[in-house]
Parts: sequence; structure tokens; C-alpha cells
Amino acid sequence: MARMKFICDAERCIECNGCVTACKAEHAVPWGVNRRRVVTLNDGVPGERSISVACMHCSDAPCMAVCPVDCFYRTEEGVVLHDKDTCIGCGYCSYACPFGAPQFPSSGTFGMRGKMDKCTFCAGGPEAHGSAAENDKYGRNRLAEGKLPACAEMCATKALLGGDGDVVADIFRTRVMMRNKGSEVWGWGTAYGKPSSGSGAPKATKS
Amino acid sequence: MKTLLATGACLVVLCGLAACGEKPQVAGSSVQGQPAYVGTGVVPYTDAGWKAGDATSWEEQMRTRTQAGQNEYVRSGGK
Repeated sequence: MARMKFICDAERCIECNGCVTACKAEHAVPWGVNRRRVVTLNDGVPGERSISVACMHCSDAPCMAVCPVDCFYRTEEGVVLHDKDTCIGCGYCSYACPFGAPQFPSSGTFGMRGKMDKCTFCAGGPEAHGSAAENDKYGRNRLAEGKLPACAEMCATKALLGGDGDVVADIFRTRVMMRNKGSEVWGWGTAYGKPSSGSGAPKATKS
Repeated sequence: MKTLLATGACLVVLCGLAACGEKPQVAGSSVQGQPAYVGTGVVPYTDAGWKAGDATSWEEQMRTRTQAGQNEYVRSGGK
């Protein structure tokens, strides 16, 4: 079964916020809740980079680990979803998530936190696919309609890729190779380490 | 002697089964949604390239849609 993943190509993202708008429009996300947002690093400095960030649907999700009421679950497609009927809005997941994905509407009395809301990879929730209840709580279920997340499909420069992890990784790899880039591409060194001088296998170093 | 052996065997079996009553401590809710390939049953919004209920067809649809929509090297017909 496919494992659904997002990846954002920082060389292509032009900070247009099209993904953010697509998400809000597709799921009628209320004011104050941003399931997806664009983060710019070194804003205004030559060489600034922007990336689109939302729930990364982690394989070992920290939100899932800390939830006191166990409202999270992982679908067959590897999407991390949650049950809003079980969520108590405690906010633990918000502290645990390294991407700031969990969002809380503050529409309750005295600013009380509502149920957590986050990116669903356009896969809805535990209710029946395409039902009104699912749509009200989680938004559109595009995966069950044979479509991909709206943010990735609406991205003008195709910076944001979303789909089966193996497929999007292949697409990204092809791009990097076509740019005649390799290990010097932004973020690569952080994830996989810098190449050692000369050819051959990288040498182990003491940290 | 036989009684001693039988008692010993019983003790070993009991010790072996001691952990069987342990509840699983794996993170994850008991709530599980349906898999996406089941479809929504709402025909006008469903993409025509696959058959609802068929997992293989859904996976193929995802692959095709990702390549066609997000890989411009495929869309432009060359490299």
C-alpha cells in the first residue's frame, strides 16, 4: 500500500501562498486555523528560502505518542488522522509536533480551545467517506475521490509535491539531477551529511 | 517424583502464560477509518480513472495522477 508523503522543493517555492489558499478553500477552514502555511527562512536576505509546511504525517508521530485520549490513528495509506469526537483539546500534540501542525480554533467561551484541527492529507476522518459529518469536521476527502491533496495539485511551480512517498521522492530526485545538483542542494546536507573531499565513501568523524 | 515433575511443568506453563493477559501498549486509537480505495460513492466528484473498491486500481490512479500532475518532465515529454 502507498505511503502518502509531502515534500517541498525550496528551490521552487515562490512564497505565493497558493497552497494555503487552496487548503482553506477546499476544507472551509475557519479564521485563525491554518492547516498549512509558508515559512520563509532568512527573509529579505539574498538566498532566502521558503517552504510550505503542514502535518508531515510522520511514520513515528509524536502527536500520537503524547495524546492522553488516544484520538490519533494511522490509515492504511500512512496518513495520520484524528478523531475530533475523542479529542479534548488539551494541546499536548501541539507541544509535541516539531512542525506546528496541530491548530486550535479559539471560538469558545473565554477563549477556550476547541477541538484540534490539522492537515488531513485531504483524507477526511473516521466518519464514512464523503459523508456530511466528515465534511463538517474534517473537510473534503479527496483521496477517496481518487485525487491528491489540493495544496500539492494547486501549487503553481510544483514546489510542493504530495502523493506516494516513493513516487514524489523519484520526482524530486529527477529535478535535483536535472539541475546538475547533488549533495549541495539546500537541505540535503542536513538530512544526509556533507560529502567528504575527494571520491570514495564518506569518512566517519567524531562528534 | 511424578507429582514433582507435573507440578514443575505446571509452574513453567503458568509462568509462560503470565504475559498473555497483558493489554497491548501500542500508541494508536482503536478508531480506524475506512481505507481510501473504498471511495466516497459520490460519483460527480470522483475521478474517472479508477474503480472504487479496488485497491490496486486506486494505487495506480495515485501514481498516474502524481506523475501527470506534478512531474513536468513527464508532461513535457522529455528531459
